[in-house]
Amino acid sequence: MNLQDDKELRELLKQSIAPVADTELQRDLWPQMLKRLDQQPVQVPWFDWALAALLSAALLLFPGVIPALLYHL
Amino acid sequence: MELLERFAAGDLEAFAVLFRQHQKQVYAWIVRIVRDSGIAEDLTVETFWRIYRSRARFDPAGNFGAWAYRIATNAALDHLRRARFETELPEDLPGPPRPDPAVRSEMRERIRQAFRELPAKYRLVATLALIEEEPYEKIAGAAGISVSLVKVRVFRAVRMLRKQLTAMGMEMGAKR
Repeated sequence: MNLQDDKELRELLKQSIAPVADTELQRDLWPQMLKRLDQQPVQVPWFDWALAALLSAALLLFPGVIPALLYHL
Repeated sequence: MELLERFAAGDLEAFAVLFRQHQKQVYAWIVRIVRDSGIAEDLTVETFWRIYRSRARFDPAGNFGAWAYRIATNAALDHLRRARFETELPEDLPGPPRPDPAVRSEMRERIRQAFRELPAKYRLVATLALIEEEPYEKIAGAAGISVSLVKVRVFRAVRMLRKQLTAMGMEMGAKR
């Protein structure tokens, strides 16, 4: 393994993967951007949060049920 | 109020102006990394989405273009991490004619495969430095790392590539 080998490998890489010739953007992306901005973040109902909190608390208080729970999943 | 101040304050019109001023450069940078025009368009939008979300942290006295390049590079890196083992290196973007016809297609495919398997952070710098021949300073600025670290990553990428190719049964010097 030497510098000459590295140079050769770099050369082979350049011959195998050509640089991107067309880097010109073909259209205005603002309409997509507006769509993205209009997307509302996903709202998680409060009930789901409460349920997740309850489940986490139960698992913390009774860790012995975790294997049984995993068995039934 | 200046454009960048209005943007930082959440003015959508100011953001639209900045988007139109910078979308071409951001796209051109991303497409060099991900090498797919469709993915590059999506990542350009993703980049500006991240920019818009982080507008309150932007210092209006700062350089918006440099900040956009940094965020674009992170978005492209996230994509490379997700797609590392899922996608082929696309060939749909036309490039200049390959200078050495002696490099056989099988060898090229092996090199492409080995390159695809590089960890994302190495693939990023190797793509920009070795294939796109971007200056190390520009890569360092966009990736948020030092020039020395860019050089180290390029060096390591070449070594990893060699190791991978050797494991595939390819020896350097075999083609000549």
